[in-house]
Amino acid sequence: MIREPLIFEISAEGKRAFDLPKLDVLEKKEFLNNLPLREDIKGFPQVSEIEVVRHLTRLSQTNFCIDTTFYPLGSCTMKYNPKVNEKVAQLGNFLHSHPHAPQDLVQGNLEVLKSIEDFLCEITGMEAFTLQPSAGAQGELVGMMLIHAYLADRGSPRKVVLVPDSAHGTNPSSAHICGYLAQEIKSNERGTIDLAGLIQQMTEDVAALMITNPNTLGVFESDILKIAEIVHAKGGLVYMDGANMNALVGKFRPGDMGVDVIHLNLHKTFSTPHGGGGPGAGPVGVKKHLIPYLPFPVVEKGPAGYVFNHNRPKSIGRVGSFYGNFLVIIKALAYILSLGAEGLRETAEIAVLNSNYLRKSLEGVYHLKYSTPTLHECVFSDKLQKEHGVKNIDIAKRLIDYGHHPPTMSFPLIVPGALMVEPTETESKKDLDLFIEAMKKIATEARETPEVVKSAPHTSYVRRLDETSAARNPVLRWEGDEEK
Amino acid sequence: MSYISLSHEDKKKMLAVIGISSLDELFCCIPEEIRLKRDLNLPSPLVEPELIHHFEEIGKRNSDSSYLSFLGAGAYRHFIPYVVDYLSSRGEFISPYTPYQPEVSQGTLQVIFEYQTLICQLTEMEIANASLYEGASAAAEAVLMAHRLRGNPKILVANTLHPQYKSVIQTYVKNLPIEIKEVNYNERGELDLDDFARKIDAETSAVVCQSPNFMGIVENLDRIAELARKHQALFIVVVAEAASLGILKAPGACGADIVAGEGQSFGLPLSFGGPYLGFMACKKDFIRQFPGRIAGETKDAEGRKGFVLTLSTREQHIRREKATSNICSNQAWCGLRATIFLETLGRKGMRELAYQNIQKANYALEKLSEINGVKRRFSGPVFNEFVLEFAGGWPKVEGFLRQNGVLGGLSLEPFFPELKNCALFCVTEMHKKDNIDRLVRLVGEVLR
Repeated sequence: MIREPLIFEISAEGKRAFDLPKLDVLEKKEFLNNLPLREDIKGFPQVSEIEVVRHLTRLSQTNFCIDTTFYPLGSCTMKYNPKVNEKVAQLGNFLHSHPHAPQDLVQGNLEVLKSIEDFLCEITGMEAFTLQPSAGAQGELVGMMLIHAYLADRGSPRKVVLVPDSAHGTNPSSAHICGYLAQEIKSNERGTIDLAGLIQQMTEDVAALMITNPNTLGVFESDILKIAEIVHAKGGLVYMDGANMNALVGKFRPGDMGVDVIHLNLHKTFSTPHGGGGPGAGPVGVKKHLIPYLPFPVVEKGPAGYVFNHNRPKSIGRVGSFYGNFLVIIKALAYILSLGAEGLRETAEIAVLNSNYLRKSLEGVYHLKYSTPTLHECVFSDKLQKEHGVKNIDIAKRLIDYGHHPPTMSFPLIVPGALMVEPTETESKKDLDLFIEAMKKIATEARETPEVVKSAPHTSYVRRLDETSAARNPVLRWEGDEEK
Repeated sequence: MSYISLSHEDKKKMLAVIGISSLDELFCCIPEEIRLKRDLNLPSPLVEPELIHHFEEIGKRNSDSSYLSFLGAGAYRHFIPYVVDYLSSRGEFISPYTPYQPEVSQGTLQVIFEYQTLICQLTEMEIANASLYEGASAAAEAVLMAHRLRGNPKILVANTLHPQYKSVIQTYVKNLPIEIKEVNYNERGELDLDDFARKIDAETSAVVCQSPNFMGIVENLDRIAELARKHQALFIVVVAEAASLGILKAPGACGADIVAGEGQSFGLPLSFGGPYLGFMACKKDFIRQFPGRIAGETKDAEGRKGFVLTLSTREQHIRREKATSNICSNQAWCGLRATIFLETLGRKGMRELAYQNIQKANYALEKLSEINGVKRRFSGPVFNEFVLEFAGGWPKVEGFLRQNGVLGGLSLEPFFPELKNCALFCVTEMHKKDNIDRLVRLVGEVLR
């Protein structure tokens, strides 16, 4: 395959892909007086339009993506992104709307915000939502800030946040950035929160427990009511990481079961495309006692229509310039409206069916550390293959040769050599079977021809990349001939 | 609508493999008493034609985009070449995840690498990250980073930093041992160097200054950098209007240590405020404290060039609570649009675009300030925004303009009580001479 060069390598003086209309006002050199100007943008590309188009098109073709490939990346909920949602988000009256426009001219936008807030409340059992956070991790941070503000207001500022050892890395990091000390709590032999341990660690210095439910093993924390009781008894709050909400929609409402704060990932459960790593959206839902602390402005419905209320004296403040990733929010709203109650419940059911079908089909072929029943995802490990020197990363890379995107491997940390598989509800049985077949073949290869697995991938655009040397000798930008 | 791909037969077969007889049994791990036993109370589902109609109807309740608008203040209307929409709408770019598996994500990774290079070239900084959420939180991340690097409690912030950025910084530092002090502006609308000199001391970790600032004034960054350096404080330059980088002296050339900003002007529509694009660049020495994803070059098993996410020991998935930031997803697709935009405009197009902004904005400023009752509020040089003061009151003018289909500037009083009757206007290459003349005519008419 031809290697696509960097755009800078095909750049040359005299080529261009863009023209502006001629300046139609009287040009005055004096307008430049007193302005510190640059002479040039050194090294900046100069290419023709077809070169831009071929460059980006060819690059795109080297990506695996949902539109072409099964993508069972655990905890990321890589489901199909309905195309009509893209269309409605591109409608001109949304696309060209200015965030500083007078409120009475953007009633449609405010209606979008208010309606999805109401729907998310109904889906989760929470009592209010903020849509400002741009991603799940920012949602977590907002959740921590809300808890901090609430407890400080009650004269009980605390220092510690409890995070299970199975949690995603963003959890302890978000707690830390909010000024908390993140303290790990150990999982029990079922892979869930150990109640005895929790009771011991849950002191009056603990502000909150961050719980992911179902957790990163795909296991439902069935003691959620007791857990909440333990935390609340000591004056702490329960924060739920809603990254795995896809397993629960229409089946279980966290807000009814002791959760005080939750964040959702609209780019997971509500199907907005991941964009190669964003933009996402991480709305945060709260119960009544935390409403005063939500970021401002808050959308309210008044007698004369929708308004932004900025007068929120207890608010933690803003977390973004405007109102969150508005176009992402529109896509999620479109998704909720097209599925309705029954459709949403079906997504949870089929996501769990697909996942359990994969689990059952691969159990024994790959080691499962925890035998606890799972919902939307399950975590295998490389324990059986390691005996032949084959690690999870090798299995992952070999899957590429069979045409599938690899599972998640970086966590949960409680499963060494993890292979976290989340198929989502939109996959067909045929695609699941192809994946199962590939995983079985790889298990056989690991025994019989381990070298083939260890040197995978063999068929991709590039072979296995050296991540160690990339970190050791960082080359983070093109530094070719800028004088060209 | 359903997006499920299983037939009835498939479901039956799969349940049989699992060894159960109903979907309900899959949820037996959720105790019966806490399961939701009713349907969610949501509207009946809409099929595609209904859905489109529904959103078209909601869209009709927005009318701001049918006005001739001079609003800016952190969200700018610039031309977007069609190739940006065309290429960025490819499923291969929209529908993958973060490129954790580089062998099947070279497209995304090479685009990030090119994006990082373009940002470095525009800012004249040594390194850039793969993007942050948007301008305000990027500025907040820069403050946190400076605090990690210097460890001193005080951060000086020019009070001409975008008020919403200031607000986000306040939110981010509230529970941390960081104290924010504001530095006043002078009559030119620039950072008041005397006030700055009074406030900076050995306890200062960094100074944050936006240019062009919220009043539209282009700052003399060199002088600020000099004073910051004298006190060993880091100099954070915030760029809310990234189109200005096409022609103004780059922050890096003025002595910036960290540059954080908003990249919306690079191919992202106004979108009622998001998704936008936070960008960040800094000196190479600060790499270990740099937040966010970074792509780097490496080689594959056969020695061919390739790209990977790198330096992840800074990040939450390895370092957990010790990470430089909690960022996981960023705004990769917005960064892609910016990359296509910048590669299409290229070296000459970027300069021409910025040049036209200066010419048109100054043309408008000159014409408007000739009107009796209209005063240019600040004398400093401007890029594409400026503040006007209306002696007879801004609301009257604003109302008259609206009646005539024009959204004038943004009222500044809510942000700066002392700027009564002042409004911030934005003029870009998208405004034709006729548009500007119409604004001038209407303002003249109402003040006659």
